Amino acid sequence: MSNKVLLGAAGAALLSGCTTTPPSAPAVRINEDPYPSTYVRYPGVLTVIRHATVFIGDGQQINDGTVIFADGVIKAVGGPELASPAGALEIDGTGKFVTPGIIDVHSHLGDYPSPGVTANSDGNEATSPVRPEVWAEHSVWPQDPGFSRALINGGITTLEILPGSANLFGGRSVVLKNVPGRTAQDMKFPGAPYGLKMACGENPKRVYGAHDEMPQTRMGNIALARETWAKAVEYKRKWDKYYKDGGDVPDRDLAMDTLKGVLEGKILIQNHCYRADEMANMIDMAKEFGYKITAFHHAVEAYKIADLLRDNDICAVMWADWYGFKMEAYDAIKENIPLVHNAGACAIVHSDDPNYIQRLNQEASKALSDGIRAGIPNLSEAVAWEWLTRNPAKALGILDKTGTLTAGKMADVVLWNGDPFSDYSRPEHVWIDGAEMYDANNPKKRPVSDFELGQPGEGDVK
Amino acid sequence: MIRAVAAMLLAAASPAVGQTIAFSGATVALGDGSEPIQNGMVVIQDGRVVAAGDIRMKLPAGTEVIDATGKWITPGIVAGFSRLGLADVDLSAEGASDTDNNGPFSAAIDVAPAINPLDTPVAVNRADGVTRAIVAPSAGKSIFAGQGAVIDTGADMDPITAARKFQFVELGQTGSEKAGGSRASAHVLFRNALREAAELQRYAPKVEAARGGAPDERERPVVRNPNESRIYGPDARRSEDVLLTRFDAAALVPVLQGRQYLLVHAERASDILQVIDLKREFPSLKIVLVGATEGWLVGDKIAQSGIPVIASAVNDLPATFEQIAATQSNVGRMRAAGVNVSIGMIDDNDTHNLFMERQYAGNLVGLQRVPGATGVKWGEALAMITSRPAQAIGMGGEIGSLAPGRRADLVIWSGDPLEASSAAEQVYIDGVRQPLETHQTRLLERYRYLPRTDLPQAYRH
Repeated sequence: MSNKVLLGAAGAALLSGCTTTPPSAPAVRINEDPYPSTYVRYPGVLTVIRHATVFIGDGQQINDGTVIFADGVIKAVGGPELASPAGALEIDGTGKFVTPGIIDVHSHLGDYPSPGVTANSDGNEATSPVRPEVWAEHSVWPQDPGFSRALINGGITTLEILPGSANLFGGRSVVLKNVPGRTAQDMKFPGAPYGLKMACGENPKRVYGAHDEMPQTRMGNIALARETWAKAVEYKRKWDKYYKDGGDVPDRDLAMDTLKGVLEGKILIQNHCYRADEMANMIDMAKEFGYKITAFHHAVEAYKIADLLRDNDICAVMWADWYGFKMEAYDAIKENIPLVHNAGACAIVHSDDPNYIQRLNQEASKALSDGIRAGIPNLSEAVAWEWLTRNPAKALGILDKTGTLTAGKMADVVLWNGDPFSDYSRPEHVWIDGAEMYDANNPKKRPVSDFELGQPGEGDVK
Repeated sequence: MIRAVAAMLLAAASPAVGQTIAFSGATVALGDGSEPIQNGMVVIQDGRVVAAGDIRMKLPAGTEVIDATGKWITPGIVAGFSRLGLADVDLSAEGASDTDNNGPFSAAIDVAPAINPLDTPVAVNRADGVTRAIVAPSAGKSIFAGQGAVIDTGADMDPITAARKFQFVELGQTGSEKAGGSRASAHVLFRNALREAAELQRYAPKVEAARGGAPDERERPVVRNPNESRIYGPDARRSEDVLLTRFDAAALVPVLQGRQYLLVHAERASDILQVIDLKREFPSLKIVLVGATEGWLVGDKIAQSGIPVIASAVNDLPATFEQIAATQSNVGRMRAAGVNVSIGMIDDNDTHNLFMERQYAGNLVGLQRVPGATGVKWGEALAMITSRPAQAIGMGGEIGSLAPGRRADLVIWSGDPLEASSAAEQVYIDGVRQPLETHQTRLLERYRYLPRTDLPQAYRH
């Protein structure tokens, strides 16, 4: 998206090229990327890891595997027979594991940063239940110390930052590379599509219902969302007509721009929704207005409708064992993730938490072992790794770029000091686009946020 | 299901008297800090541990021998700081939570009557090997939250192991907020409260020192009637300038006498030092620190004070301004400095997810292999979620390890219990085998297969 030449700022009519275009053609195009990524990968070296157990991320495993990357991308993945290119840095991975970097599709790092004080609480624009005009990236504080913990303890290389769930339409998400930057733009994953956070259930009706505002009920949630989509369809029709036929420039509406992007398939719906019955309602709403839901987040009851999710090609984003903290989480079960996987639907492990994001591999481990104990067939560590990288990449629309160790993809790679399905294992090296961003043996290869400079524990292991 | 619950309760209420059970062939970890023992044995009788470890003993006739070859056996997990049994649902579910304490009383609050042993979180944690929990009230309007209990998670209607075992007070950021916005205010409130308790103390019976083999009253697992009737009587006069209600002041008398533990929540290094100073000023206080995220900065001082710490295991974010120096090495470093450390879960899903303590303990073990980090050896990590929290509040002689005479709380695990991927296969509390069925396991059975059948899912039970 960033290479496209896009003209026009919000509402400003630019008349460029008017001499060569027919008089009726549109003079204004909405700039769909006004805050473009400025991320540039850091330099890396030609690296070969040998004799490691490799989880490709697509369900496959290679024992005594070899992984070669250079120039920011994976060059080759195979067995011990794979030859090393001349001049490569060789790393002995004996007893260690190599995986794609973990992708958390549900994080609030940067918009609910540490320290969690009111001054930095920027995750919910809870002033109206319909706020598709807000963008999470404009809240992201790149100095949140949580990013570094997610990198060094969690092996997180990519993450989606979402607005909170106070609103039915919470705003746009942003996908970040977990590389420290001075600005949010410095961290933006190049070419990743935007998401739109939507929310079902308790949160919107609690936040607004308490003030006797709509929505106060689940039926209010749906009614208000439908009214909003109906407006969005109309807005899109006006702009489509304008782009086709020219004429008067339609009024610009930033909220509707986001929804128009969804209706055009450019912006992915990331829908906070716990209960099975509510997910079914959301699926019908999407069909009613002609958009697609990419993923249900916190889908605690996904196991009850795993077949429906499979048939509609919707990912379920889940915890391993969180339960009972509110009514819509009452029916959480520990086999949710493997049951969704077993039904042929897309299962994803997520955190929604600056601590859990440091242990998503262990969350997957619990879900895997619970699934095996329940007798769910065809599960293995290599298969479960799909829940951590391949499926999350699919849900973010970046599977062509990362999420599996496939030649040509970004070299987002973690070398673990043991089996990542063990509580005892940690990342030893983390590379993002082939650049080494963490080395457990080198304190200088450990990011320290501005906030932590000069404070007790600066640069400490965390 | 009603029948099942009734049968469950009945079975749990009647341990077989005189029956000896021996568990053989398992890897046995005693919970006392020692490393696990291969091919060990555990023998229990009448709800107590007879012997455990690398033992060879003649078993009485009629002993039930349970082959646990390939499994692991440990004491049941003791949740070091929790609100287990106080909330079935935390948010927006009237009647499902008893964690708020915004009534007129503070220190006088006794959490025991609020414990519901049929809460689903009790069953969920029992099914994951948590057999006991230290349960604290939450602070309402005052820095004093009230008196906490030790409970078991057994499937019966008798959850209280020790009522009024400790008083819980907030003396960090939360204490500051409760006191009106400063730590200075919290500390003067605290001292004033002890002054008011001291006035009433003279109407309370004297504590006798331990004599010979007689049990020291201060070591009794249950503080019997801490609110002595005489300190409520007409002779028990108070000053004019009191802030506490009589009940609240009276409830602090056993704290002042050292008959009831005082759990103090503090995270910041400077707050921890203030708590250590309180111990110097009031030597009779039996203080236990809770939280202590920055404890590693003053580990030697904590060690010198002899104050045990129930720490949060893996806090490594500067989540608040009192946790700026947070690191997962905190527990390991305090331990290396000689502090008696155990693991609790204050304000960390503490009504529901106590089962995560063993995963946290496993993470501390893993830190041993991270350069620059300070981890904890396996046996010590297990002790931090079994015997150490029990010892911190004077109950190490009753629960938390497989030493002879301890309550027979034990778990047979599918594998290494500090791996979250391992599961509890059998759980015993006071020697009684526990049901492991929960709301969650029933849902799994109902929705394991989705294809439509002759009747709706609601008929699958």
